[in-house]
Amino acid sequence: MRRRVYVWEVPVRLTHWVNVACIVVLSFTGYYIGNPYITVSGREPYAPNFMGLMRGIHFVTAYIFIASILLRTYWAFRGNAWASWRGLFPFLTPEGRKNMGHALQYYLFIRRHPPEVAGHNALAGTTYMIIVFLYLLISFTGLALYGLLHPASIWWPLTSWVFTFVDAQTLRLAHHLIMYLLIAFAIHHIYSAWLVDMEEGNGLMSSIFSGFKFLRMGQQPDWIENRMAVTQAEPQTKAAPAERQTAD
Amino acid sequence: MADAINLEEALYHRGVTRRQFLKFCGLMASVLALPPRYAGTIASSLQAAPRLPLVWLEFQDCAGNTESFLRASNPTVSQIVLDLLSVNYHETIMAPAGKQAEQSLEDTLKNHPKGYLAVVEGAIPMGEDGVYCTIGGRAAKDIVREVCGNAIATIAVGACAWDGGLPAAAPNPTSAVGVKDAVPGITLINMPGCPMNVVNLTGVIVHYLTFKDLPATDQMGRPLFAYGQLIHNYCPRRGHFDAGRFVEEWGDAGHRLGWCLYKMGCKGPQALSNCPSVGWNDATSWPIGSSHGCVGCMSPHFWDTRTPFYERLPNVEGYGIEATADQIGLGVVAGVTAAFAAHGVISAVRGASKPIAKHESPPDQQSEAREDSPSGSSNGS
Repeated sequence: MRRRVYVWEVPVRLTHWVNVACIVVLSFTGYYIGNPYITVSGREPYAPNFMGLMRGIHFVTAYIFIASILLRTYWAFRGNAWASWRGLFPFLTPEGRKNMGHALQYYLFIRRHPPEVAGHNALAGTTYMIIVFLYLLISFTGLALYGLLHPASIWWPLTSWVFTFVDAQTLRLAHHLIMYLLIAFAIHHIYSAWLVDMEEGNGLMSSIFSGFKFLRMGQQPDWIENRMAVTQAEPQTKAAPAERQTAD
Repeated sequence: MADAINLEEALYHRGVTRRQFLKFCGLMASVLALPPRYAGTIASSLQAAPRLPLVWLEFQDCAGNTESFLRASNPTVSQIVLDLLSVNYHETIMAPAGKQAEQSLEDTLKNHPKGYLAVVEGAIPMGEDGVYCTIGGRAAKDIVREVCGNAIATIAVGACAWDGGLPAAAPNPTSAVGVKDAVPGITLINMPGCPMNVVNLTGVIVHYLTFKDLPATDQMGRPLFAYGQLIHNYCPRRGHFDAGRFVEEWGDAGHRLGWCLYKMGCKGPQALSNCPSVGWNDATSWPIGSSHGCVGCMSPHFWDTRTPFYERLPNVEGYGIEATADQIGLGVVAGVTAAFAAHGVISAVRGASKPIAKHESPPDQQSEAREDSPSGSSNGS
């Protein structure tokens, strides 16, 4: 018997998939902008706008991506325990550190079982902290480079201070390298989700589509639920483990 | 201040007509991004302006900015500038030599305290108490402090005088710095470039003579009229960039057709300068106009930050090996893929030999004793 638990709320799933789509589009268009490997013929009687189109898609998608990050940031303060910003910093609490060590031991084949969690384990949370940091960095470098091209836009006054300390070429290099780090993360992310889904059998993979996970009847509240129960002692908290809605 | 001059008459004797003079004033108004009516204001101000003494210092340099200053091919620009200014000290072009030359500098400082413009060309070495560059037995860092400290304003011309330029490029053996670091706190205008553009230098001087003030600068002390716009946004080849037509190698069909040099490492998309509008050598041409990419010579520490000049992105250094961003990025992605593929194989083998009982796996964080034991569970269903 398993309980059906609503873990990932709509904004969490929405921003997850918007981010996926944005990262794919931004990677392809961004790589083309950095290294335009398709050269358009110069013999047409009209002027093509291929690079202009790629850049247009890149910029529009970048705005969508930033909007998605902002929505997810808002939800990190409004949503349930598994959406909380505290999930990014598990190493701040003893239970989070313990969960991290457990997950690490599992990945290093020292333990047989991954930590049993309703949301994501503490090691994954730490990874997401790095990913959020990379999101901020790639967004900022992108906006700064955009501001350099559009000195009349709001981004030039907001970001141009950075050029006093870091050269535009270094920003461009960082912007480019972070793309590869995010691709590497995506590979890890899909693999780990698949592995833990098979090991735990709790519908982890489908949960990012449906929002529901299927937890063992005797499963205890995970590290982030306990953390939220401690920080928000008020009765209205969504994180209180006792109020978790269950169905089977 | 120095003696006033009758500029119109002086120019007449040099063969510069009033029409040429007014054209020069119009050019200056447009370089300074002023409305056209300011051409008249500039003309009347220049005619009334006293002759301003100017001291031109050279330190660790190649005299490239001097060349740029002197080689303004349009005679009107250089003649007008040389008539407006009294160039009291300039090692490359002055008549006196040795003690007499140094005497001119001393006299200028004594006779015009806070009454002359200083132009500095070249970097100032700070290492070993400045022994790497001395003139008449005095270290460059001492000369620059004395001369620039007493000037109305200092104009640092060229990349070297701005932030150390080539002498300050890694590993910077002489600890070279620019004027802004050698003499902090002075009234300073930075005109980076390798070399700076004489039209812009003239613009700064004309701006000072017209408004008795220095032009507005950006956060790095560069005048906005000259360093306020991206080359890329004014590049005549921008259409090819937007179209997606790129030079793939030197001398290919696209290169001969004048396509975009982006893939050949052109730094125009990251370089702030008015080169496309002003041009070089009296607007004869400019680097991209002569089919060579911009190297970003007006950017901070461009020898370090803008190299390699013929690559789009800088290389990543480490442990003596250089690699491109794409090599590193693909290496990271391949490494992660290989690591997780290996992890997946090991997990599959372990899963086959030590399966977790599906649906009822007891969490071993709650019962440590169960660790590594086959998970036949008793609780739950």
